Amino acid sequence: MNVPQVYASSAPLWAVLASLFAVPAILACTRVPNLREACTLIAAVAKLAIVLTLVPDALNGRAAAIELLEISPGISLALKADALGVFFALIASALWIVTSVYSIGYMRGNGEKKQTRFYASFALSLASTIGIAFSANLLTFLLFYELLTLATYPLVVHKESPAAVRAGRMYLAYALTAGLVFLAGTGWVYMATGTLDFKAGGMLASSGLDANSLRVLFCLFMVGVGVKSGIMPLHSWLPAAMVAPTPVSALLHAVAVVKSGVFGILRVVGFIFGPELMALARLDLILAIFCGSTILLASLIALRQDNLKRRLAYSTVGHLSYIGLGAALLTTTGFMGSTLHLAAHALMKITLFFCAGAIYVHTHKTEISQLDGLGRAMPWTFGAFGIGALGLAGLPPLNGFVSKFYLCLGALDAGQTTILAIYLISGLLNASYFFPIVVRAFLIRDLKNEKYGEASVWVVAPLCLTAALAVAFGIFPDLIAPIFTLAEIIAAEIMQLAPS
Amino acid sequence: MILGHLAVLSIVFFFFGALIIPLVSRLGGWVPHAVAVATSAIVFVINATNLGYVLSQGTIRYALGGWQPPIGIELVLDPLSSFFVLLLAGIAVVVLWHSRYPAAAELPGRTAPFYSATLLMLGAFSGIVLTGDLFNLYVFLEIAALAGYALLGGGSARAAVATFRYLIFGTVGASFYLLGVGLIYLGTGTLNMADLSAIMAVTGVEPLLVIGFVFIITGVGLKMALFPLHLWLPDVYASAVSSSTALIAPLGTKVAAYILIRILYFVLNPDLSRFQLPFTQVLGILGAAGIIWGSIMAIAQKDMKRMLAYSSVAQIGYIALGIGLGNTYGFIGAVLHTLNHACMKACLFLVSGNLMAAGRSQSIDELDHSLRKSMPWTSLSFTIAALSMIGLPPTAGFFSKWYLLLGSIENSAWIYVLVIVASSLLNAVYFFRVIERLYLPRGEAATEEAPVVVADNRLSLVAPVVFLAVLLVVLGLGNVVVVRQLIQPMLPAGF
Repeated sequence: MNVPQVYASSAPLWAVLASLFAVPAILACTRVPNLREACTLIAAVAKLAIVLTLVPDALNGRAAAIELLEISPGISLALKADALGVFFALIASALWIVTSVYSIGYMRGNGEKKQTRFYASFALSLASTIGIAFSANLLTFLLFYELLTLATYPLVVHKESPAAVRAGRMYLAYALTAGLVFLAGTGWVYMATGTLDFKAGGMLASSGLDANSLRVLFCLFMVGVGVKSGIMPLHSWLPAAMVAPTPVSALLHAVAVVKSGVFGILRVVGFIFGPELMALARLDLILAIFCGSTILLASLIALRQDNLKRRLAYSTVGHLSYIGLGAALLTTTGFMGSTLHLAAHALMKITLFFCAGAIYVHTHKTEISQLDGLGRAMPWTFGAFGIGALGLAGLPPLNGFVSKFYLCLGALDAGQTTILAIYLISGLLNASYFFPIVVRAFLIRDLKNEKYGEASVWVVAPLCLTAALAVAFGIFPDLIAPIFTLAEIIAAEIMQLAPS
Repeated sequence: MILGHLAVLSIVFFFFGALIIPLVSRLGGWVPHAVAVATSAIVFVINATNLGYVLSQGTIRYALGGWQPPIGIELVLDPLSSFFVLLLAGIAVVVLWHSRYPAAAELPGRTAPFYSATLLMLGAFSGIVLTGDLFNLYVFLEIAALAGYALLGGGSARAAVATFRYLIFGTVGASFYLLGVGLIYLGTGTLNMADLSAIMAVTGVEPLLVIGFVFIITGVGLKMALFPLHLWLPDVYASAVSSSTALIAPLGTKVAAYILIRILYFVLNPDLSRFQLPFTQVLGILGAAGIIWGSIMAIAQKDMKRMLAYSSVAQIGYIALGIGLGNTYGFIGAVLHTLNHACMKACLFLVSGNLMAAGRSQSIDELDHSLRKSMPWTSLSFTIAALSMIGLPPTAGFFSKWYLLLGSIENSAWIYVLVIVASSLLNAVYFFRVIERLYLPRGEAATEEAPVVVADNRLSLVAPVVFLAVLLVVLGLGNVVVVRQLIQPMLPAGF
């Protein structure tokens, strides 16, 4: 058994509060934009620093935990920084810094209105995300999950155009329904087990629920987390939400919000049901069918999109299901692949969105068919785009290769050749919807487009950084941050193996 | 000395205030308002003391005028009744504080009768909650109703018509109640609740008494606007003076809900009303139907106050559902929801009052995003209260729904789970429609912004609304304190 040793510490709470405190500060500095953005950056750096202090303990199998007030008899608002939580928090908070820098360039370059509301909502979203990462029980998770929905709503409707308002309605309709279905599942778990605490290897083992009840319960949870993780047919809000400013699409709709959904899948599979129960009630099959078909369908739909951000959105839908499908394999390597892909996709997709934003803010082009020859004008941007695209297609030496390698290993370990085939076909589809963009930008000449120079350094530097990181993590997965070791620990925890 | 009379003080103060207002109103236009707020505040303090005393020392029974029960009238201060009196005094303080300008504007020259009737009604509400005598309850019910007709009818001509309808319905309800009391007196020879309970424990509940209780529950259901007896409510709430609505909407129906709890779980043996007679099952089903019906009708409304009124029908459904579940979580959910809904509805109706005070229309279509600049605090408070009505954490509304959900699951009543989930979504539809109007411009045209006239400028208009909105978050995060300290001591026997 590999149960993390829990010790009391308020660090997880401070990680949440770092950006929560930034909200009033940002609102107060609304008249001094430079100070306001400084608040964001300080909060982002502080948040990452706090999360980093939790990493060594997570590596040593120790988890910082704190119980705040009781919110229902016997259930506290409780935070616990276990390995999976630290892993997710690390990615989200590190990328928040990069995105903040990028936002400054993008929002100012674009002359966007209501920037105070933008930065305040952004900080609140990050606080909710870290809250989700560190939630120690289902009710706390649900609380932050709903808070995230509310915090991101102003970001989706940011443009206040009719399209944005429609997208906002759609987002709320999907996300609130999901939250309520999740709530029903949570209530059921509580009545069945008397506890809501996440437990590595599953908390429902002793609940005495029969297989059919488990299936219904699993479906409730899957609808609950499936909306945010874009599992088809619950994905439609995501392409619609692309109307939001690009930094939002980059961090929230490629990392924080959608990854909260995927993180939820890992929690549900690994910490509520557990691999044994999943296999016993054939829940893995339900998950695999939905995720597998999502991967293929989303990739096919992505092929047909001319709008760059929409193509990226469908690609996101597909890659999120990589993670869910990896979890459905119920093998150590599958869980490792899932967690690694959570990080890998975050880095690569944020790069791609940054590129799309840089193109838009500099040239106001949104469609792929308009990008002819732009690669010569914006070599750094399109270079980074190429790296992200190669990574998502799963080519070495990028981090997308490492995660996909483990996902395929997981499929082999589980003896699931169909799933292996899905991963491989999807790789080809990824290549076929990403490479034409790069080819068009570099190889087709269009003199009108070549007069543009590179975009402002505020937007180009972050995207180059994330692209470089994608390469670095592909070659040395553990060098900069112990992503790989953490993934190993998480998988071992879920599979209840002794630490190696 | 006076400590021996704690139980009766709430009623005495309210009635005394009601009588003194016409006398002192000549001293100045502000006096009736001040007296009303002061009276409510005093009653609030008294009842805070009472509740503390009752929780630590046990139930207080007070024989009115020294006449011993079962002959004389008895007032009972137990955890349940002290909680409800405290709640209604608390809401009264906040709403009456807010009412200063709206009441003066909407009832020019008639504020003295308004406040006098208000205190009369509050006194009668306290009487309903405190009394331990079925017939005395009827008397207070009628006093409250008469004062209520005056409050609701005093406004536009439409209000008079709507109130006349309410008067007919209310009278029918009261008659049902009285008929039931008569039958019970016929069967047992007593009107005292404790005595009645003791007699029924020995003799059992014969058919005559069952019929009596059915009459009582029907009558109370009408007063509570329990689906399908809610028809009087939307018109009355929508056309009345905003301060009257803001006071009666959170409190009036809650008092009726209190009577139901008292009769079903304290006068009757809880096991009887839960398992042997179909009282609670029927209540649960009607509650669930009311939740869905009220929510759907609320979506169809164009007028803010009518929308809130139909939403009240739905929220009363939650309380009925909780009572009808007949288990601990259901009971906790129902009582907690009376508290939460009282705060939410008061907040929302005060917001509608603020709109009216700012010369805004109540039509939802005419709300626009200039309000986010001109009434920032009002808009924000509306948003928080709306989130609580939808039931999103960490606001209070989430937690009462959470307990109701747990209660439904405990009974394996999956259809109720579905109802709770579905109604939250319906709530989201009609509340986000308003929030969208408040914060987002419509269409592309609305780019140039008109000069902003800040309408959130009077403390007495803004502070109560903001206070209630903050309270909703505090009540949400601190709900365990309320559940542990206040609601668990009032659980009926056998739960």
